[in-house]
Amino acid sequence: MNLTLKVWRQSSPNATGRIETYEAKNIPSEASFLEMLDIVNEGIIESGGDPIHFDHDCREGICGACSLAINGVPHSKESGITTCQVHMRKFREGDTIWIEPFRARAFPVIKDLIVDRSAFDRIIAAGGFIDVRTGSAPEANAIPIGKEDADTSFDAATCIGCGACVAACKNASAMLFVGAKAAHLNILPQGHTEKDHRVLAMVRQMDAEGFGNCTNQYECEAVCPKEISADVISKLNRDYAAAAVREAVAD
Amino acid sequence: MNSLGKTLLRFWNSSIGKKLIVAITGLMLVGFLLGHMAGNLLIFQGREDLNDYAEFLHHMLHGWGIWFARIGILGAFVLHIVATVSLVQQNRAARDSRYSCDATVQAPTSSRIMIWSGLTVIAFVIFHIFHFTVRLDPDLAAMKDPSDPARHDVYGMVIAGFQNPLVVLFYIVAISLLCSHLSHGIASVFQTLGLRTVKTRVAIRNLGLGIAVLLWIGFLSIPFLVAVGALEEPATPAAASAPVIEAAKS
Repeated sequence: MNLTLKVWRQSSPNATGRIETYEAKNIPSEASFLEMLDIVNEGIIESGGDPIHFDHDCREGICGACSLAINGVPHSKESGITTCQVHMRKFREGDTIWIEPFRARAFPVIKDLIVDRSAFDRIIAAGGFIDVRTGSAPEANAIPIGKEDADTSFDAATCIGCGACVAACKNASAMLFVGAKAAHLNILPQGHTEKDHRVLAMVRQMDAEGFGNCTNQYECEAVCPKEISADVISKLNRDYAAAAVREAVAD
Repeated sequence: MNSLGKTLLRFWNSSIGKKLIVAITGLMLVGFLLGHMAGNLLIFQGREDLNDYAEFLHHMLHGWGIWFARIGILGAFVLHIVATVSLVQQNRAARDSRYSCDATVQAPTSSRIMIWSGLTVIAFVIFHIFHFTVRLDPDLAAMKDPSDPARHDVYGMVIAGFQNPLVVLFYIVAISLLCSHLSHGIASVFQTLGLRTVKTRVAIRNLGLGIAVLLWIGFLSIPFLVAVGALEEPATPAAASAPVIEAAKS
């Protein structure tokens, strides 16, 4: 396959970025999108240029490291997959492909297509955990959990924190991520005790990081590689309102 | 600052708190719109019923009722706008750079023009108040009910008001954008209040669309039926002096 790439190049966080054009020639259709970039980078390196920098790790849709907006859509328009699972057979001969970093003020560009997503880590550190006594793993059936709750919690727990929800949102809102992380723990009996503190702390950290507000367009849901439903945002809103009222009464 | 003040400030400063304010005030305004439309539709019952209804509104609770309602609606309207403008500013700051190749996957157009449909509705509300409530037009202000000259002829005023094609055009555009706003807004209220679940999401979407369509038909049916001449003409001296009405009579 022969393709034209329009790639965002930015040498450092404070440098001015620009779109540069590359010709990707003789790309096998069975190559993954990241392998295609590897091939293009080999050509750039051989010609003495600076290769295109991009994030990647497991390359099998688990880690959430890859973070490209392909033709304006995080992880491409293919639903339910990450960038590393996109294959070149999804494109046509002669296509022009736009490749840009995830765009959000809370995700500043480090270099080229790599963005700093540590804001997500700080949100998790604010309350996305359960305080438990460490030691050997507890007996799995010691605390009975209903099937529906277990399934809902597990669906939320499949979030890999890739940040596509933020990148797709017109407002760069992190509500799907925070909603998934809070719902994952709030639904379970083990997470119930710290529910109010968790929701308030995570939402306040989310606001402090400069993410936008959800306007219920559900672009996040459409691009989520784990197909997490925006219902977790509804639950986050509900849990936040209840926690805020209880906090006000306790003050 | 006391603890209540701190709580309210904290609520206002949080993204979800501000959205809850937008949702609750939006719900109040939808309630007002449904009531307003139901009252307007009395025009199809005839002059007496609509004018009776208008008189009732102005005299309920010894004349205080309408002012309580106006202050409540105005408060909800202003709070809805102020909170929304603040959210929009935050959202634009959060997405400070745009994609060179921008794409939308599933967001409906109505959700993407909320600020523009909202701003059009604000402009229309201001016009509508000066048109039919303050009645800047002396011809409209002077209209009296033929059967009871002591009271204002709301029925005749509405028909006379819709004789101007520019007024009708603005009315159609504004009501259409209002209903576009509501088709997304009503479903959003349920999401923001945390009531949307896997079991309710389809019903909520259909409810939002249904109310928007109902309001669109209800509000626009009046200028439509005025245009086709299905309503009785205003028959007061003030209205008869209007040139458009003269033309219609001749």
